[in-house]
Amino acid sequence: MNFDKELDASGMACPLPIVKTKKAFADMQSGQVLKIISSDAGSMKDMQAFADQTGNTLLSTTEEDGKYVFMMKKK
Amino acid sequence: MTTRKMAIIASKGTLDMAYPPFILAATAAAMGYEVQIFFTFYGLQLLRKDLSDVKISPLGNPAMPMPIPMPVMMQMLPGMETVATTMMKTKLKEKGVASLEELRDLCLEADVKFIACQMTVDLFEFQSSDFIDNVEYGGAAALLGFTGENGICLFV
Repeated sequence: MNFDKELDASGMACPLPIVKTKKAFADMQSGQVLKIISSDAGSMKDMQAFADQTGNTLLSTTEEDGKYVFMMKKK
Repeated sequence: MTTRKMAIIASKGTLDMAYPPFILAATAAAMGYEVQIFFTFYGLQLLRKDLSDVKISPLGNPAMPMPIPMPVMMQMLPGMETVATTMMKTKLKEKGVASLEELRDLCLEADVKFIACQMTVDLFEFQSSDFIDNVEYGGAAALLGFTGENGICLFV
């Protein structure tokens, strides 16, 4: 899947992946896709809740080698 | 849609209890909430310019995991608080948890408002020069006025 920006939040614990995601979106345009990589298992639920609350769209969630990869489209 | 509001009352000044208000505030702000933290009683310590005095004690804290079992008589010894604090900070860093200073800065960056409880500021004789900039002063009514009809209010 294509994306416009990547955020590697590996090694970061709650709440950093969410806070960094919000900051990464700040200078992106509506409709652009952010790829987020996290090693925090809690981010599986957190990213969904973040998307639901903020109106951004969580396009996909994948897990590989203990890392979680999210594709989120900016509202 | 009106912005959802969250007020967090931070009343504790130990290292472990300092985290929840800042974590919740930073997260809520990232999720679009308008957030205020109301610092009262020992929570005022979290507004100090220097947070190195924010510590954790194993004493009276039986739930705190220790690498080796530590009898209460030993927990009372001078320096144990510093030892426990250093251990906890090392652990937090290892696990990728942000420092308190970092979380506090993230909150300010995200426009979280910090309110110091005027009554306890006077009670403990704090000076505004003890605290970081960006602190406002108010009372319980200001807090309740902020949360309004359906704001979330959490006591930590």
